[in-house]
Amino acid sequence: MKHPGTNNKVYKNINDNFDWSPENFKKISKIIKKYPSDRIQSAVIPLLDLAQRQNNGWLSKNSLEKVAETIGMSYIRVLEVATFYSMFNLEPIGKNFVQICRTTPCWLRGSDKLSKVAKDVCEANIGETSSDNKFTVVEVECLGACCNAPMVQINDDYYEDLDEESFKKILENLKNNKSIKVGSQIGRKSSQPERKFDA
Amino acid sequence: MPKITIDQKEYEFENGMTVMQACELAGTEIPRFCYHEKLSIAGNCRMCLVEMEKAPKPIASCAMPAADGMVIKTNTKTVQKARKGVMEFLLINHPLDCPICDQGGECDLQDQAMYYGFDKTRYEENKRAVQNKNMGPLVKTIMTRCIHCTRCVRFSTEVAGVDDIGLLGRGESAEITTYLEKTIESELSGNVIDLCPVGALTSKPYAFKSRPWELTKTETFDVFDGVGSSIRIDTRGKKVLRVLPRINEETNEEWISDKTRFAIDGLSSQRLDNVYSKIEGKLKKSSWNDAFTIVKDQIINRGRENTVFLSGKFTDVETLYSAKKFSESLNSPYYDCRFDNAQFVEKSNESFKFNSSIQEIENADAILLIGSNPRWEAAVLNARIRKAYIENDCKIGIIGPKLDLTYNYQHLSDSLEYLNDLSNNQSDFNKVLDNAKNPLIIIGTSAINNQFGSKILETLAALAKKIQKNKDVNPLNVLHQDISRVGALELKFINKNFDKDYNLGLKKHIDNNRPVVFLMSLDEIDFSTLENAFVVYLGHHGDIGASKADVILPTPAYTEKSSTYMNIEGRVIQTSKCHNPLGEAKDEWKVFRVLSDLINQKLKFNNLRELRNELTNNYNQFLSLNELNLKKDLSFGKINKINDIKINYNISNFYMNDSISRSSETMALCTKDILKKVA
Repeated sequence: MKHPGTNNKVYKNINDNFDWSPENFKKISKIIKKYPSDRIQSAVIPLLDLAQRQNNGWLSKNSLEKVAETIGMSYIRVLEVATFYSMFNLEPIGKNFVQICRTTPCWLRGSDKLSKVAKDVCEANIGETSSDNKFTVVEVECLGACCNAPMVQINDDYYEDLDEESFKKILENLKNNKSIKVGSQIGRKSSQPERKFDA
Repeated sequence: MPKITIDQKEYEFENGMTVMQACELAGTEIPRFCYHEKLSIAGNCRMCLVEMEKAPKPIASCAMPAADGMVIKTNTKTVQKARKGVMEFLLINHPLDCPICDQGGECDLQDQAMYYGFDKTRYEENKRAVQNKNMGPLVKTIMTRCIHCTRCVRFSTEVAGVDDIGLLGRGESAEITTYLEKTIESELSGNVIDLCPVGALTSKPYAFKSRPWELTKTETFDVFDGVGSSIRIDTRGKKVLRVLPRINEETNEEWISDKTRFAIDGLSSQRLDNVYSKIEGKLKKSSWNDAFTIVKDQIINRGRENTVFLSGKFTDVETLYSAKKFSESLNSPYYDCRFDNAQFVEKSNESFKFNSSIQEIENADAILLIGSNPRWEAAVLNARIRKAYIENDCKIGIIGPKLDLTYNYQHLSDSLEYLNDLSNNQSDFNKVLDNAKNPLIIIGTSAINNQFGSKILETLAALAKKIQKNKDVNPLNVLHQDISRVGALELKFINKNFDKDYNLGLKKHIDNNRPVVFLMSLDEIDFSTLENAFVVYLGHHGDIGASKADVILPTPAYTEKSSTYMNIEGRVIQTSKCHNPLGEAKDEWKVFRVLSDLINQKLKFNNLRELRNELTNNYNQFLSLNELNLKKDLSFGKINKINDIKINYNISNFYMNDSISRSSETMALCTKDILKKVA
């Protein structure tokens, strides 16, 4: 499976500069204070997350090295962490990072159809970024919302109880920069019963 | 002592042992890949599974601490099944390329697959393939063979002290690599080749050269630094193919430096295998008889009592002794070994030795390094200092320019003037030394290669005496860079006129007397001092010395003769002959023996045994091999005022600083790749 988070290579082609933004710089000192002063290397995961958010959702060579320098770790140790977790992307991604769950519950409830919808609407194959750079579509394993299958994660939010139609709508709205509804698309709260019980 | 039951027998073990160590006490062999005595425990290969009573499933014996009353079974059906299962998983992605693998014949995986594995595969899917990684000019990688034991990662982080190798990704996509495939920047990087239990990391210079069973193995000692590491040299015919470390807890543990391991290709290039003499300004091939006559005539014509004998980096004790005897028979006192101008205190043998012993570094909790770059001067010794730094939280202070030593230190000063502060208790580091239970002082030759060298040593001896806590440990350590030096100083292979300033004294003597000068594999001096001399070069490599010589007499290199050395601690080691010398080479002592005969001052020994007998009769410190006779006297200590002398490290390239490594292609590649210098 192609996924920008399961890559072991550092993306070298982009010659970017990475420096902490002033807001993030303030956040770093807060994060580091959570750990004992001789163990600030424990902050590597929150810092990588911060760097990824600042760097449009992926970690470039320079951002990895910046994180390493910030907490005094060697580059290889930071890269080990970044490659271990699939949530850290090591390749550039589109504006909307669409992760379609394809593990058994979602698959039984039609995740294959969602993948096909995503391919059609985003104009990108699984594991690829669309040419307008709006979408990166990947299939992932269980995201832990099986009660509301099938579901999809787009950037930080979950979209649940999907079918072809509702998913298509979400993607088209994203494409046209319109607002979309987060969470269950059939209006239920968290994982309460889908239908009301007849008394 | 707590007791453990292993295979129905009870054994006593020490607290803190793991189950695997207890099993080793019991003499039960447990197969393993990731576990290594000198490294931290990872417990990820699962090969060492054993059955423990009351445990629901087999346990990894390398990671399980042994406890009182434990009942362990190592030869049950369950254990055998577990081993077979683990082996099957390890072999799933391991290629079947043993016939073309350099590890073949000495591969842990191959051996253990024979003992514990299935005889056929049940895996029908595609095997995983991994791209090979660049790790520099020394380590060749075939990463598909890797079984992810992470020994190399742990070695480079823990022992070598360079965070270069890492394990990227996880699960099926796990890969060992260096950051962006850069070169491993460590002097000990070659040891990952020995550590790798499979053929994933192999030696690049040795690739496809030979099979282990074709090689003649000779146990001997290393001569590239003062430590005298225990090594095994593998030869085929007259070619040295590789060098491996032998375990010696007292000197090199299990490691050797990259120079020791890889400079051997220098042994087969630029070799002097013929006698040469200068005719009309050009060196021409000659014969031993002609050369002996020329040298004899020159000695007599130029004044036998002025003849000079200078020893170099690899000069062994036999050579030094025969040269000294020969020189004495000529009535010449002009012999010296101090080509780097390192001084010592005349009345004390403690002033040029590593008195505390190398092993004692492990117990140190404060070390003062003066004018020394141990990482380059004695790489395996530096690994010990790092061990003390990690395990004892050893505080290290250095006097000398800042450098990367793989551990943190307090930089005290660039100048030797700082010793005054230390003597007068005015330094922060005084407190550290005073509070330490086991403080050590390590003095490099860069601190004592000036005319105040002996004063500096006296001052430091006084400081050592002051901080000494344990009467059995002498904290004063001098770290010489060459294997020949301590032996030469023990033999008093020195001349008063060359005290304080070797080159100046030498030049004065040569310009006044125009004598014959014997260079015994010495290439490291200022050759302008030799302009007026008749230079006889005894050596094995066509280096700078040979190019300036009037007569070249070929001698065997360290792999081609048995010779005695004294390492920095004063330990007497005797190397073994691995193969016959190249060309017409003759041992140095034979050369002096023949010359002495021609001059009618025949030396008394007729063979190596007689020479050694005579040597040990006169100098009984060379009598017992491999034993340490530590000297503890510090009474020569005296506080002197030290001038402002800036330290310049006298070693500029670890990889190429002697005639053998300068001829080595591999070392030239390292110089280019790691030090970014032109070789």
